[in-house]
Amino acid sequence: MNRTRTRTARWLLFPAVAVLIVGMGYPILWQLVTSTQEFGLAQQFGQSAEFIGLGNYLQLAADPGLWGVVIRSLVFCIVTAVVTLAIGMLIALLMGAVSKGPRLVLQIAMLLTWAMPVVAAMTVWIWLFDRRRGVINYLLDGIPGVEMNRFDWLESPTTFFIVASIIVVWMSVPFVAFSAYAGLTQVSDEILEAANLDGASPTQRVRHIILPMIKPVILIVFLLQLIWDLRVFTQIKLLQDAGPKGGAFDLLGTYIYKQGTLAQDFGMASAVSILVLAITIGMSWFYIRILLKEEES
Amino acid sequence: MSARVRQRLLGGLAIVVALVWAFPVYWMVNSSMLPTAKLESFTPTFVPFGGSFDNFAAALADGDFYSALGMSVAITAIAVFFCLLFAFLAAVAISRFRFRGRKSFIVAVLLVQMLPAEGLFIAQYKMIASVGLLNSIVGVSVIYIAAVVPFTIWMLRGFVAGIPADLEEAAMVDGLSRAQAFMRITFPLLAPGLVASGVYAFLQAWNEFTVALVLLPAESAQTLPLWLRGFVQASATRATDWGQVMAASTLVAVPVIVFFLIVQGKLTSGLVSGAVKG
Repeated sequence: MNRTRTRTARWLLFPAVAVLIVGMGYPILWQLVTSTQEFGLAQQFGQSAEFIGLGNYLQLAADPGLWGVVIRSLVFCIVTAVVTLAIGMLIALLMGAVSKGPRLVLQIAMLLTWAMPVVAAMTVWIWLFDRRRGVINYLLDGIPGVEMNRFDWLESPTTFFIVASIIVVWMSVPFVAFSAYAGLTQVSDEILEAANLDGASPTQRVRHIILPMIKPVILIVFLLQLIWDLRVFTQIKLLQDAGPKGGAFDLLGTYIYKQGTLAQDFGMASAVSILVLAITIGMSWFYIRILLKEEES
Repeated sequence: MSARVRQRLLGGLAIVVALVWAFPVYWMVNSSMLPTAKLESFTPTFVPFGGSFDNFAAALADGDFYSALGMSVAITAIAVFFCLLFAFLAAVAISRFRFRGRKSFIVAVLLVQMLPAEGLFIAQYKMIASVGLLNSIVGVSVIYIAAVVPFTIWMLRGFVAGIPADLEEAAMVDGLSRAQAFMRITFPLLAPGLVASGVYAFLQAWNEFTVALVLLPAESAQTLPLWLRGFVQASATRATDWGQVMAASTLVAVPVIVFFLIVQGKLTSGLVSGAVKG
């Protein structure tokens, strides 16, 4: 009986496992192998790939260009995730503090933003930041003493990444706000009232009661933001399509893309991909442990 | 009194934040209805009075739109169908059966779900190219199914586990076989879960950009997001017809927004499920 049950379970799992092996397992394996090979243009034309061990990784470690990309990606990811978390939580607190009408308006706005397909969102933002006729330059130029007419946001890496970060924050805040708000609604009113009676100020209530109680949600949401912000490819790629395409405007995703498609250096591209996967798995591990703990209880 | 003033102020702040956040979405729709002359002006037009749907007609007249729509529909339909089927079977296995390797399977599913396309697309490109499936519906679909199946399993697992096995057992006592009990009792109760997971899979496949960019390099094989990107690319080299771009964006966004509103509650609870204990 038990054995047939196990066999049934195996059959039920088979299609999902098969598609995962084809779509993800094999590519990961291929990347692991290729990252230890010299696999450039020559190999594309039939020359056999030579095993060079950790050669690609050593070459990468010595490449200041890649270090720039890695550091830029990490900084971008951390800054964007922190800003997203801060704004998302403030909006969640705001949702909790206002009456029903304004709350509904705020929630609808958040939902609209959350639902926007990423490519459509990018076209709108590129239009908003348009150098000559974008609304953002128009509005900023309207502030007395500010000269923003025809300011090109995409021209220098700093403002390029500020724009990218603003867009990513805009798109990610709704998820954080709704998750944190869902957490807030679970904080019992009785405890808050008791604290109120004991003379706790609003800031004290937030710090000593609300924050500790919603800490688990915040932790998960923050981890997910970090993981997601490390892999911003679409946003950077589309901004590059609309503006400059140089190496100074790359994050890890676009860097790998260029290594693979333009330079046709699959050995190096694989090595960087493995690096990205390793960082992601490292960060995901915490998230998975939290989810598994929930699953068991 | 002061509490009421404070409430008013906070309410006002909430409305302002809402307006700021929704502005880009509004701007997309607004611009999509304005004629080129108004969009070319250096003073923006904030309300589309006297607007028209000409931009939509122009965007739809673009011959590539229908081929892109066809590709998107075909790929999404295949991905959603197989994703639901595979994920459903797997979710039943992990929530109704206890077997060796169950825990490792769950860990693997969760881990794989986090892997970014950006860390895999080079290998996926080489793999799909080596079997001659670049620019084909099948190639992208397989990758999409693999990318979406893990989270769908996780989502459906919650729904399956939420239906007590006792119900099935009671039906079995009444003479149904296990399979019959499952099909007649559990399956109908699972419908909302399947709808939610299906819409999730739809959104993922419909909006996907990265993998499509790599696996569908031919213009004739573009999906809708790639078609939309064509407008952005063109904007770097020549004067952009923003009205048309915004109309195209609106066309792509509206179905997504509608579907999204159907499942949004399920999405948050799935991702952070149970992290807060009451």
